[in-house]
This record gives sequence, structure tokens and C-alpha cells, in this order.
Amino acid sequence: MTRISRRSVLQAGAAFAAAGLVPTRFAIGQTAKVRVGLMLPYSGTYAALGEAITSGLKMAVNARGGKLGGREVEYILLDDESNPGKGPENASKLIAGDKVDFLVGTVHSGVAMGMAKVATDTGAMLIIPNAGVGAATGPLCAPNIFRTSFSNWQPAYPMGKVAWDRGMKNVVTISWKYGAGEEQLGGFEEGFTQLGGKIVKRIMLPFPNEEFQANLTEIASLKPDGVFAFFAGSGALKFVKDYAAAGLKSIPLMGTGFLTDGVLAGQGAAAEGVLTTLHYADALDTPENKKFRAEFKAFSGKEADVYAVQGYDSGQLLAIGMDAVKGDTAAGSRAALIAAMAAAEIRSPRGAFTLSKAHNPVQDIYLRQVKNGQEIVLGVAHKALADPAKGCKSA
Amino acid sequence: MDIWFFLIQVLNGIQYGLLLFLVASGLTLIFGIMGIINLAHGSFYMLGAYLTFWLLQSVDSLLLAIVLALPISAVVGYLIEALLVRVLYRRDHLDQVLLTYGLILIFNEAQRMLWGGDIHGVKVPAALNWSIPLTDSLSYPVYRIAISAVCAALAVGMYFVIQRTRFGMWIRAGASNRDMVAALGINVKLLFGAVFALGAVLAALSGAIAAPISSIGPGMGDTVLIICFVVVVIGGVGSIKGAFLGALLIGLADTFGKVLAPDFASFSVYAVMAVVLLLKPRGLFA
Amino acid sequence: MSRLPRSLSILLSAVIVLLAAYPFFGDVLFPNKHAFLMQKLTGIMIMAVMAMSLDLLVGVAGLVSMGHAAFFGLGGYMLAMLSPEYSAANLWVVLPAALVVVAIASAMVGYLSIRTSGIYFIMVTLAFGQMGFYFFNDSKVAGGSDGAYIMFKPAVEILGVSLLNLGDKRTLYYVGLGALVGVYLLLRLLLASPFGRVVSAIGVNENRVRGLGFDPVAYKLLAFTIGGTIAGLAGFLAAIQYGFVNPATLSWHHSGEALVMVILGGMGTLFGPAIGAFVFELAKMGFESVTEHWLLPMGMMIIGIVLLLPKGVGGLLLQLFSGRSKMEGGQ
Repeated sequence: MTRISRRSVLQAGAAFAAAGLVPTRFAIGQTAKVRVGLMLPYSGTYAALGEAITSGLKMAVNARGGKLGGREVEYILLDDESNPGKGPENASKLIAGDKVDFLVGTVHSGVAMGMAKVATDTGAMLIIPNAGVGAATGPLCAPNIFRTSFSNWQPAYPMGKVAWDRGMKNVVTISWKYGAGEEQLGGFEEGFTQLGGKIVKRIMLPFPNEEFQANLTEIASLKPDGVFAFFAGSGALKFVKDYAAAGLKSIPLMGTGFLTDGVLAGQGAAAEGVLTTLHYADALDTPENKKFRAEFKAFSGKEADVYAVQGYDSGQLLAIGMDAVKGDTAAGSRAALIAAMAAAEIRSPRGAFTLSKAHNPVQDIYLRQVKNGQEIVLGVAHKALADPAKGCKSA
Repeated sequence: MDIWFFLIQVLNGIQYGLLLFLVASGLTLIFGIMGIINLAHGSFYMLGAYLTFWLLQSVDSLLLAIVLALPISAVVGYLIEALLVRVLYRRDHLDQVLLTYGLILIFNEAQRMLWGGDIHGVKVPAALNWSIPLTDSLSYPVYRIAISAVCAALAVGMYFVIQRTRFGMWIRAGASNRDMVAALGINVKLLFGAVFALGAVLAALSGAIAAPISSIGPGMGDTVLIICFVVVVIGGVGSIKGAFLGALLIGLADTFGKVLAPDFASFSVYAVMAVVLLLKPRGLFA
Repeated sequence: MSRLPRSLSILLSAVIVLLAAYPFFGDVLFPNKHAFLMQKLTGIMIMAVMAMSLDLLVGVAGLVSMGHAAFFGLGGYMLAMLSPEYSAANLWVVLPAALVVVAIASAMVGYLSIRTSGIYFIMVTLAFGQMGFYFFNDSKVAGGSDGAYIMFKPAVEILGVSLLNLGDKRTLYYVGLGALVGVYLLLRLLLASPFGRVVSAIGVNENRVRGLGFDPVAYKLLAFTIGGTIAGLAGFLAAIQYGFVNPATLSWHHSGEALVMVILGGMGTLFGPAIGAFVFELAKMGFESVTEHWLLPMGMMIIGIVLLLPKGVGGLLLQLFSGRSKMEGGQ
């Protein structure tokens, strides 16, 4: 299951030796529990995402007898409230206060930025199980920062080709005016315009305004060949419903999977035909995915979603790293731990993936469509897509 | 911009404004009459939406779900007034702010414990689930028009009740002089409890009838709260007529801000409020 | 502003001494959590500075601002924007520059807002605060909604000799404590001055002050500007602490939290809002460590305090420590 490239271990080892630190193997009592800090939203808009990630991660650890590298695991949960103002403070609480060995989080990109800052300052191990902010595996990439989800660019970029292949020439893009929106629209626009497509208009709404009527009227008057939208959560639910109610169904609606994931039931018939790209699909017809979904349902009582998968894979990544160092989280094993994690091949329910040099998944992006109220998989839109990791010095 | 595009956007703005009016009316009523700054107003909006969603799992009709949700909201509102708010009438406004801030936290946690963090949608009733074609590419959902009609009717109804009925007279008197009304033998406690419950019902009603065209999820009340305050303050606190015009103004500002000056759309609503208050420091109709 | 009862002054001084000594004994008391608690306390002391600056507006001058966080956030953003990317900024340049910008911004907002009063003032300040939030959220000047890093802490040196290393947590702790005590004493002095007495009087009865021949607008504007600038200082320190700024630091949620601290602590008492910051943050930390549903006890505690302690925690202390029962600060 785990393949560690020998070369990367050596490289990391050399770098570590150069830093002048003498490895003290097994300095910390092997029997002490591994402390995993989960800094996720447990209240507010993203609460459901935080819970899914938590369940997924715990399930992965439980599948290994509740142990990581032979050590029992203790979870420390902290509600980040999706408040970026408190991001660094909360991250420090877990690192300095609760002395966690691993910090896992979070959903909100602004909070993740604060966590990445603290991880950079303290050298703490950070695994990002959702937030897609490009910088985390771009300019701010670091040996100790990993991501098991996606970069905002990643799921959006392949839709550009999909749109072009379907004969669209003029497309309107729409999102909220914030980092994730800019990056996701940017990914689509890059993929679409490099083939010759034209972005008729990019519409950015104030975040988190959910009154879309004015812009739907605008789209109707522009009469594009297609619309690419990035919204998530309650905004996604409402946008898809409003889009259909405004009679725009004749213009194909595209987006990244966040447009329908988790809100499909609430959208009902309005979501019919919506095309999305994402690194996962509930309906993925593989034995791994079916097994995962059944087990997740039994474990948490809820249907698995992409967030559960990302949490699960964060747990797997932890396990791979901890197995490689036999549970030794002391500074002396840090290089080997990082090397093992960086070289991991993760057997994810989404399909196996590896990590790029910037520690972001290199993964297949699926094309999905809603048919008869179900999300079905049309195929792979882009095989083994890696984020360009612009600005990352180690990539 | 052709004339049709312009007219449709005006329609969008008015329709949004009417909905804003319904949410904000309860807030202005409570503030104007009882002098209470009720931060928990958004929570009642959330309550209405969640109750509707929840009841729709057992009953078939949206109308029935709304009708059942309202008395529950009224009871919750009345109890909050009787048990907590009542203690603070003689206190500083800011004590009420703090109290209702605490209530928001409790409502949000209760929502999470009762209904979880998922985001839900409610189906538009079949009878109203069709659209009127306006141009070759755009049509207008009938349900939205129906909501506008309900909001407009309630606006007229409220105006009538407050200006023309005995209950309305008590309310107006209670606002200007609590002790005088008490001296006239009217039970002020009961009256204020009723007004607070009525405010809660209005917020819950707007959450309920907007449920089919909105997302029901955690934190939905907090987003509504600020825009409500904007509406109420622009119109002049306590004035139903002001809230009505303020809501239309904000609805139009939001709509045209997005279309005409998208780069400044986030500012438009707040800019309108700042300008109004700088010209008329007590709102349009104080 | 009336003098504090002697015994209360002694108590508060003792608390400060305790805080000052904390870095030396914290290790013994909380062997595992010491480093974290020191950081936490630093953050709380910075918030206490913010709460006191808001108290000058709310509790003393009667100006209830819901946009105070805008100045806090602006202070932090000025540090982020003035810091070079690959080297440390000079504190003697960036701090005054940041404070001047914040002072100008608060004077402008104050000038426009002060003509309104009551809930209208609350809402105008909220509007300006939100505009500030969206300015940094929407624009690319400093990272937009994802926020921006300050890679190097500002250097504090004279003639090339480093005086303080702000990267050191203990040093920063004492900077926070220094700010807390310094701002408290400064505001006390200010309130004892003729200017302060007029501002306090405005908070009680503006018309009477006008009748006495003072121009309340000028006094309120100056108070607003001073309060905003101090909030900017707090924001500047907060940005130094974690090296990160985000538009959320300007949002109305943050203004609301500061207001809650002020009311919890007791408006118009200055020391009360500082205590309010401690109560709010420590209670939150405690509840969070006990239950996932921490909002519930937090909400109940706030409601309990407002029902049982009409003048906040500070009012309770004043009552306990002064023989007279109706002692009101700021009046």
C-alpha cells in the first residue's frame, strides 16, 4: 500500500542533517497517544463539512485498529467557526496548548491560510482536508504542509475543455467575489480560453449575497452558450434553483462539483442536467468507493460525500506516514515522516492518487451530470491532473 | 441597456424589496413600539424556515406547514419576551443588545442540535411551480410573484391595523407613553408580549414563505439580520411606511448595484444607508 | 470620571502584578500549557486594549459604534502593507505611519457619523465598517478574502541596536501588558482632564453640555478619533502576534464581539471592559474545552450576566468595593 521512494528519504534526510539537528530516535515515549488536532468548523454554515471530515478521518484510523504507527490516537477537536480572524490563534492553541503531533484543518480558505502561517512558523505537521486556496500548495508550500483535497484551480480547469468539446464558444462565469471564487473561475477560464473559447462576462457577486435574480436577468440577456458557476453550500442550492426557475435551463449550466454535492436533494428537479467536474463522485463505480460508502454509512449514519472522502484520505495519509516511522513523532524522525507522506500513494475512494512536490494531490478529475435526480459519472475529464503550483519553490 | 432589461431589473428589485420588507417589518415594530433592539430577529426568520422544512416532512402542503409554524413561533416569541426581555424594559438599550446577542448563540446551537448542519431546500408547491416567459430567454417564477403579492397585502394590512384599529392605537400609545397606557387600564405587559410575539411571527412567516426559494442552513438568520437593520434604519425606526420604502430602496440598490457597478456591488447597500443617514440623520420617516 | 475605590485599585494593581509575573511562574502552574496560555493572554490583553478604546466611545461619550473593528483591522493591514516582503519593517516608521492612517480614517468616519445618534449612529458606523471590510475583501491590495502574511516582525532598534525582539513570545507578552496598562492610564488621564470631563458630560446629557457653551460635535469627534486610533494600535499588535491579517478582523462580527466585552464588563468603567475581554475569551476557551456545543453555555452565561449584573462585572466590583451602593463610573 505504501511505497516510499528511497531517494526522497535520502534527500530529506540530508536536508535534515544539514539543518544541524541530531535525530533523537524514540525520544518521546512510544506508548504515549498520538495527538491529532482537528481544527474544523463544527458550528455555522460549514458545520456539516467539518463533521463529515471528522468522521472520515476517524474511520480511516479505526480501520487500522484505532492506531497510527502502533500508537493509540487521541483527538482534540476545536471549532474554528470559519472565522479567519481567529485562525492563527486557534491553530496555536492546538499546537502550543494541546501539543498535537498533527494539525488537521480546515474548510474555509482564509482560516487555512492562518493555519499554514502558524505551521510555517512552528514547523508543525499540517494536513488540509478541504480548503482549496491555491497559495497553500503554491507560494506558501512547505515540507510540513500537505493537502488531501484539491486546489481551487484543479477541479475547474478540466471543465474548460469539456465546454469547448461540447461546442460552446461564449460562456458567462459567475461566482462570489472572494478568493475561492476567483481561483475556480480562473481555472475554468484558463482551460476554456486556451482552446479558443471566449468569456463573455465574468460576474462576481458580493460574498455571501444570495439574491441572484439581477444577474440571472443579465445572463438571459447575454444569451451565452453556457454558464460556469462556482458556489458552495447554501449559495449553490439556491443558485441552481433560481437558475432553473428563471427559465435558463436551455443554457447549459456547468460548475465544479460543489454546485451540486450535498445539496442535490434540496435542489430537486432544478439540478437536472447540470454538468460538474470534481475529483470525486458519489456514484463512482469502483469496489473501493462502494466499500467506503457502505462502511461510512455504517460508521457515521450519514451518506458519504467528497468531504468524508477527504477526511478519510487525511487519515490514510497520517497512517502511511506514521507506519513509516513506526509511530515515532519525535523531531529525529520528522524527515522520514515527511518523506513517507510525500511519497505516499493513497488508495482513495476517489481512485488512487499521489502527491505533487508541492504536496497537493495529483488526481483524476471526473465529469459528472445530474440525471433523474442522481449524479452520474460520464467519465474522466482529466487524467492525473496536477496543480501547476505556481510560486512554490520546492515544486 | 434596453428598456425591457431595465424594467425586468426594476421588477427584480421590487420583488426583493417586498420580501425584505416582510422580514424587517417585525423588527421595526418591536423597536418602534417597545424600544427593544432585537438582534435575535434573524433567529426567528431561521426558526420559521426550519419549522416549515421540518413540518413538510409530515404534512404535504406548504400552506399547512406555514400555518402550523406560525403559532409555534408566536409561543417562542412570547416566552422569550415574558421570561427574559420583560426584565430589561427599564434598562439601557445596550443591555437588550447583549441579551439578544446571547439568544442568537443559543438559537444557533439549538438549530444545530435539532436539525444538524446540513443545508436543505423546500419544494415550490406544484400549483405555483411554473414561470411566465418574459423574453425569449428569461421567464419569471410565479412563486416569486405570489410572495410579492403576500408581502404587499401584509404591508397594507399592517398599515390599516396600526392606523385604524383600537389595537393599533394601543400599540401607538404604548410606544409613546407606557405609563399612560397602563393608567388607562390596558395590560401593558400583555400588549408588549403580544407585540413581541407578532414581530417573531412576521420574521418566521418571511422565513417560511421564502423557504422554497432560499436555502435552509445554519447561520441563515445572521445574514438576514444586518440587511433588516439597514432597511429599518433607512426608513426610520418604528415606521412601517419607512420600512416599506426603505426595503424597496435597498432592493433596487442591491439589484442595480450588481448590474451597473459590479465592482462596487458590495458597497451599494451600505453606501445607500450611509448617504440616507447623512442627509436625514433619523431616517426617511422618523 | 470618579476615582476608583482604594481597595479596588489595589486589587486591580495586584492583578496586573500577577499578569506581569505570569511568565515566570506559569511554567510551574501549567507545565504543559504555559507557552499557549502566554500567547492566549497576550491576545486577550490586546483585545482588552480594543475593548477599552471602545468603552471611551460607548461608555463615556455615549457613541455606540458597531464599526470599531474596522480601525482594529486597518491597523493590522497597515502593518501588512507597509512591511517589505523579504525583510523586517522598522517599527519607528510603520507604527506611527499606521496610527496616522487609522487616525485620519477614524476622523473621517467620525466626522460623517457623529451627526446621527442612537441606533442610527450604530448603523452608520456599521455601514462604514462593512465598507472597510469589503474594501479589503474585494481588492487585491493585501490578499483579498484569503488575507495576507507579515513575514517578518517589525524590528525595534535604535542606532542599529535591537531593543526588543517581537518574535519572542515573552517579549510580545510584555508589549501586550504594557499596552494594556499604558492605554488604561492614558485614558484615565484623558478622562480626568478638562477634555475628558466634557466628553463624559456629553455621554450623560449632551444638551446641557451644549447649553454650557461647548461644542459637543468637536469633543465627540476627538473622542471618536482617539478611540479609533487606539483600536488601530490593538490591531497593529494583533497583526504582529501571528503575522497574519484577514478582512474578518474588520467585520461587524468582530465589532459586535468587542461591544459584548464592553457591556459584559461594565460600560464607562474602563477597567470593566478590559475584564470583559478576559471573561469573554476565557469563558469561551473553557466552554470549548468541555463541550462541542459551546455556544449554548456561552449564550446562557451572557444572558445570566445581563440579567443579574445590570452594570456588568465592573459595576459589580465597584459596588462590592465602595461603601456607597450607587456608584457609577463615567458619571
